Amino acid sequence: MTTALILLPVGGALLLWLLPLPRFWVGSIAFLLSLVEVGLWIDTVARFDFSRGLQFEAHQSWFSDLHVSYHVGFYGFSLWLAGLTTVVMACAIGYAFWTGRERPRAYFGLMLLLTGAVIGVFVAQDLLLFYAFWEGMLIPLYILIGVWGGPGRMAATVKFVIYTMAGSLLMLASIIVFGLQQGTFDLISSGTSSSLWIFLGFAAAFAVKAPLFPLHGWLPDAYRESSPEVAGVLSGVVSKAAAYGFLAIAIRKFPGPTADMRTTILVLAAIGLVYGSFLAFRAPDIRGVIAYSSLAQMGLITLGLFAGNQLGFDGAILQMINHGLISAALFLLAGSVMRRTTTDDFAFLGGMARGRPILATVLMTTGIIALAVPGSTAFAGEFLILAGVFQQGWLWGVIGGGAIVLAAMYMLRMISAVLHRKRGGLVTDDALDLRPAELGVIVPLVACLLALSVWPAAISGHSFPRATVSAGWTSYGPPSTTTGSGIFPIQTQPRSTIEGVMTP
Amino acid sequence: MIHTPSVDWFALSPELVLMTAAALAMLIAVLVPRWAEKPLAAVVCALGFAGALIAAGVLFAHSADGHGVVADAIQRDRLAALAQMIVAGAGLLSVGICYAGRGSWRHSGEFFALLASAGAGMIFLVSASNLLTLFLGLEWFSISLYILAAFDVDVVGSLEAGLKYLIVGSFGSAVLLFGSALVYGTTGHLDFAGIASAGQTSDPLFIAGLAMIIAGLGFKSSAAPFHMWTPDVYEGSPTGVTAFMSAATKTAALVLTLRVLTTAFPERHQLWTVAIAVLACASLAVGNLAALVQRRVKRMLAYSSVSHAGFMLIAIAAGNALGGRALLYYLIAYSAMSVGAFAVVAARERELGKEVTLDNLAGFGWERPFLGVAMWVFMLGFAGLPLTGGFVGKFYAFSAAYDRGWIWLVIVGVVATAVSLYYYFAVIRAMYMRPAAELQLAPSGGSPPPERLLQASVAVALAVTVGSFFAVQPLIDLARDAVSSLTF
Repeated sequence: MTTALILLPVGGALLLWLLPLPRFWVGSIAFLLSLVEVGLWIDTVARFDFSRGLQFEAHQSWFSDLHVSYHVGFYGFSLWLAGLTTVVMACAIGYAFWTGRERPRAYFGLMLLLTGAVIGVFVAQDLLLFYAFWEGMLIPLYILIGVWGGPGRMAATVKFVIYTMAGSLLMLASIIVFGLQQGTFDLISSGTSSSLWIFLGFAAAFAVKAPLFPLHGWLPDAYRESSPEVAGVLSGVVSKAAAYGFLAIAIRKFPGPTADMRTTILVLAAIGLVYGSFLAFRAPDIRGVIAYSSLAQMGLITLGLFAGNQLGFDGAILQMINHGLISAALFLLAGSVMRRTTTDDFAFLGGMARGRPILATVLMTTGIIALAVPGSTAFAGEFLILAGVFQQGWLWGVIGGGAIVLAAMYMLRMISAVLHRKRGGLVTDDALDLRPAELGVIVPLVACLLALSVWPAAISGHSFPRATVSAGWTSYGPPSTTTGSGIFPIQTQPRSTIEGVMTP
Repeated sequence: MIHTPSVDWFALSPELVLMTAAALAMLIAVLVPRWAEKPLAAVVCALGFAGALIAAGVLFAHSADGHGVVADAIQRDRLAALAQMIVAGAGLLSVGICYAGRGSWRHSGEFFALLASAGAGMIFLVSASNLLTLFLGLEWFSISLYILAAFDVDVVGSLEAGLKYLIVGSFGSAVLLFGSALVYGTTGHLDFAGIASAGQTSDPLFIAGLAMIIAGLGFKSSAAPFHMWTPDVYEGSPTGVTAFMSAATKTAALVLTLRVLTTAFPERHQLWTVAIAVLACASLAVGNLAALVQRRVKRMLAYSSVSHAGFMLIAIAAGNALGGRALLYYLIAYSAMSVGAFAVVAARERELGKEVTLDNLAGFGWERPFLGVAMWVFMLGFAGLPLTGGFVGKFYAFSAAYDRGWIWLVIVGVVATAVSLYYYFAVIRAMYMRPAAELQLAPSGGSPPPERLLQASVAVALAVTVGSFFAVQPLIDLARDAVSSLTF
């Protein structure tokens, strides 16, 4: 099942590259395959037992002398992230199909390949396999930005590749050292390590990809120069792979170094959160706002991950899903605005709400959820994160709370700059409202957000196994019985009281 | 009555097959009408390489216990057989690349005879088990390659390449010979096992001899600082010959380096592992930094081959069985990628009628989808990204270095890989992301028709590059069997 989720898009990509199909068929086959992928994922969810740990495993030795194997499987939280991937990728592919891209066979093949690689990252239970998928994400992204991107794409791709590969190669060194020390590269059967250097190697790769504060230099260029749907995928899905890596590898395998570095990482995350919010507030265009808000949101998610307790983890997972959906929807909307006005610069926009009620409604809804209005799923996620990180010190809670205010500032500024105010110079009467096809790809994302707003516990309550004893998750396992001792403080508050607040 | 050793003809069969092919090709040059010369000679040469490949394969299967043959002058073991298979495979693919080369060749028979003979020399070299056969094999293939490098007499750079290769290569051979003489002088032994048994000596001349042997072999594997000839020779030689040189010469030289060091100098393990590690670092630094600024693709690939010598020397420097496996696995993947990359360059070169630069690669990926994708994969493989054997090869090499306890060597390798990404990705960028409009098109007459043989060679190289990523286990088993005859 897990393997099928990887092989279906990859096989589809090969099919598109090998068969000389006309443009229409290429796009529709790719879109259809991405929908089948969503279906496969839904089927997996339906059969998933959320009270247990790793499921839908597949295990096959790859090369035995170093104990490397093809080992995949789903945890609760990786299942949600995989779901995010399938949904966002389907929407992105649908959007690209509708807008039409040059060289469709190459384009859609790469999009499908990217889908398979990202799913692979979320399910890999072997470090080398994880690395292979991790790099597998980079290759299609590089071409997707470099070929179909904007005018500054060459510089953007060089920056993107150098940043991410520098991080990745440090991770490769860490993987080799960790794997050979442990005698296996398997994530399940390997133990934990207390080496700070190995931890930092992993952390470097994840911090670049997320990105965390001082390592975000590639972000504005890459997000601005990609086509909207690729930017949506990049910020919505690919950045989550980094957060996932923090959770599934850095925190899980390195409890000691995590505790040692906690304050440092929390500081960086907080700086990223505040600094990103301010940059988003100052950004002159829609994509700038979304790009920098991604930086801020990844900072918030990292706060949750390094809160070191179950509330923080639950909140971080929920917020990953939220931000993935929001970010993808906003980038697609930005693309739609750009198709109508040729720009996303606020100086030339404004007044688009008049006569375009659907665009206004959709953008407004997404924006309102993004600024974490109470009752929205983003509010639930941020609340959990803040409640979690509060236990590391009230200061973090204050910073996080302040950042929510900043989020409201930049989101409202963007909404009013596009929809309200005076009519912008490039907004003409010919600019149509959202077309049904655009609605078809954006509304599902917004619908997911609304559904999660009704029941955020669907994710926050179903990401980690509930059983008191679950093998393999002892390091940050379910907190029903407290383990106050040890380096990794586990939060002891009964979960039900929190959920009682969150669930309507 | 002269005492003659018993000769294990079977152990020599790969060489014999190739020498027969070389002789036949020479006869063809004389006896066959001009129009039939090229196809016949190419077929004979290809059959020679294929025969050598099969013979080496059979030899591999029947040489589980390594032992010396022909008065212990050569070693019949799986290490030699596997290296012979790699060399023969690279040769076979190179024939496909060379076949449709410049039409003005009037000496196709001689060309293919020399190619076969160079292959035979390498195949002989990897089984050498004393200093004389080592030198014999080295000169055998070197002299063939000197001529091949200069074969394209119409091209200005080719003669220069041949001459430069001849002078620098002869210097390398002289150093090797000098070192051999010193080692023989201090130990009184020519055969590797004998040297090992007498290796307790702390005579400084013995150490000097070891250093000179390493240096001499370094010339052939184009490890820095003995790489000076590499860029010019790779650039000036006919591209098919470059492809063969880059893959097969490196294989022969590195496998022999591993064999000499582990069988003849086990007592000096501490010394030569450090020396090789230093060479590896130098190669990585020089190769990668110099490649960054190249605009001409062949020259860039030449420096890249220097840097890959560095990666493979990391595996040798590890001085353990894992390192041996890493080296052989790396060689399989690297040979495929290297032959394939030069094949694509050759195709573009023939299409444009001039040398390939990053600028005139613009749009190539879209015009020639198959060759473009293949080049893409080869570049990713060189850069050590997944879905190619290059990734697993680097992983093994670094693991071996870590196993030796040299984490600094892993770091050096990782940094070098990071640097290399820039120029490998530059090729992809040139092929796919630059508009072809910048391109000054080739002179009138249009593109030459697609070359089926060259494309077949690229397809095989592509299959090996990608296949080695998935089929790691069988290849590593082969490599393990091969190095099991060495004692670390």
